Amino acid sequence: MKSFGGKVLFLERSDINTDEIIPAKYLTEISKEALGPHMLEDLRLEGFDPNGSGAKDAKVIVTRANFGCGSSREHAPWVFEINDINVVVASGFARIFRQNMFNCGMLAIELPEADISRLFEHQRADAKIDVDYKNSRITIVSSIGSGAFDYHISEFDRALIEAGGWVEFADARY
Amino acid sequence: MKMTLAEKVFKTHLRDEPFPGTKVLDIDVVMCHEITTPIAINDLVARGKDRVFDPDRLKVVIDHVTPAKDTKTALQGKILREWARRHNIRDFFDIGRNGVCHAIFPEKGFIRPGYTVIMGDSHTCTHGAFGAFAAGVGTTDLEVGILKGVCAFGEPKTIRIDIDGTVPEGVYAKDIILRIIKELTVKGATDCVMEFRGDVVKGMTMESRMTLCNMAIEAGGTSGICMPDEVTVDYLWPFISSDYKDKKAALEDFKKWWSDEGARYEKTLKIDVSGLEPQVTYGYKPDEVKSISELEGTPVDQVYIGSCTNGRIEDLRVAASYLKGRTISPYVRGIVSPATPKIFSQADDEGIIKIFMDAGFCVTNPTCGACLGMSTGVIAPGEVCASTTNRNFSGRMGKGGMVHLMSPAVAAVTAIEGRIADPRKFKKGGA
Ligand code: SF4
Repeated sequence: MKSFGGKVLFLERSDINTDEIIPAKYLTEISKEALGPHMLEDLRLEGFDPNGSGAKDAKVIVTRANFGCGSSREHAPWVFEINDINVVVASGFARIFRQNMFNCGMLAIELPEADISRLFEHQRADAKIDVDYKNSRITIVSSIGSGAFDYHISEFDRALIEAGGWVEFADARY
Repeated sequence: MKMTLAEKVFKTHLRDEPFPGTKVLDIDVVMCHEITTPIAINDLVARGKDRVFDPDRLKVVIDHVTPAKDTKTALQGKILREWARRHNIRDFFDIGRNGVCHAIFPEKGFIRPGYTVIMGDSHTCTHGAFGAFAAGVGTTDLEVGILKGVCAFGEPKTIRIDIDGTVPEGVYAKDIILRIIKELTVKGATDCVMEFRGDVVKGMTMESRMTLCNMAIEAGGTSGICMPDEVTVDYLWPFISSDYKDKKAALEDFKKWWSDEGARYEKTLKIDVSGLEPQVTYGYKPDEVKSISELEGTPVDQVYIGSCTNGRIEDLRVAASYLKGRTISPYVRGIVSPATPKIFSQADDEGIIKIFMDAGFCVTNPTCGACLGMSTGVIAPGEVCASTTNRNFSGRMGKGGMVHLMSPAVAAVTAIEGRIADPRKFKKGGA
């Protein structure tokens, strides 16, 4: 199983698409490693610098609705994986992106909009998120305090994470 | 139990339900292209699982960057080509015979009503136009599809979209789907199948239905879907004529897939197209849509006609009907990519290629081309492209560029004017 949790990168916008996560021009790469430096390169968001330390040190992304919409490219979760970000917390995901995350053994956590807003209160406070995978709970800790949130993922999602992804799960079973 | 079309397809293809609500389906067709498949192949090889579940159910094309533009894209083609050869995949379409995946595979008759279809490409939803459940997936799902012929989905929830009224002059399937996406928003159909029905859909060609279904993903939809009817039978007849005694028998058979009266829908959307104007996007999301009268006059640098949304023969015919006898603005670069070789030669036979060239368009080979800003037709920062494609995301056709999505009719007259223009103000067939 992958390791989950750590410093948070907040992306304060809905509908961030996979072209913004990893631009199409890098789809000619045939290794995950080569994608690494281009994470979120085309994302235009006030106060966000893809080359800044906020992005480079992050282990968890917190964002708004419909994250990962657009192209089906699995390069989007891969570019996070390669940068050691194995958790995305959002108020909603595009279907393919969400499935790709679990298929890679990564964690896509969906929380109600109100909880996401409470997470965003920690945006400028050097926040860290711990993931208690067993109990499906995340805890945010920052200079302004802390807060815990329960999340739900399906049994299938869990099975994928624990099997190390869908290929192994399916090959063993079908 | 009353079922929707999607529920019927799920029921007939259910292989396993490992957990409640997780449906593992048998897949009829797994489609592959050179952008998302080579990395799946490499991973399968690395895992010691370089196998395919059934070479005849794999359909493979090189379409995104063709001819290859550099060493990396040449390598992607090479991996795909060698893989297709070593697994005896007969339906492999390489340069000279290739075209945009979602245009060429239907044209070959690969998609039938009631099928399950996956591809590592989000616009796989296009194939739902045939009454199939067709979904875009990521590379891992694709790998499992290649290896085992299965894919997992949640319960199929369906949004019913009734499209009625009289389609006004100058308004096409593209305008209708843009209007629907505006209404649903970019996430309104997440995890849902969008079932397109009503008199307007019944009156549509397969090409127009594919345009509708193609953009289901832009509202977050898993698949678009249309009821297979006479139009579907006519389109597929060359491929199914030996399976049925006549077209009537085929239609009767197709009807078994129709959604039952009284089936349960997530929600129903009613669209009356009678007063609809041509629709154009203005922002960086496909639900940022306005009527043409609000955007008319906006200057553009490039016009692109093509893609899996609107690069089919009827699209080229529509555009040519406005371009005939006219030339495009000297300040605009016009590019057209017929979506398949068949469409290209048909357009040639009909004199459409000449109309485009005389008007000042560059005609490319069949390819995704400018659609995704990774091969031909990339725009510069600050430039604007009027495009018949399906995505206007920031940077989609080139970093710092902007895209307005529109129908081939709007694109054609926009090329003439050099500014977003209203096809209803143009006489077809020449100045
Ligand atoms: S034409 Fe564009 S949207 Fe369609 S498959 Fe090609 S790149 Fe994707």
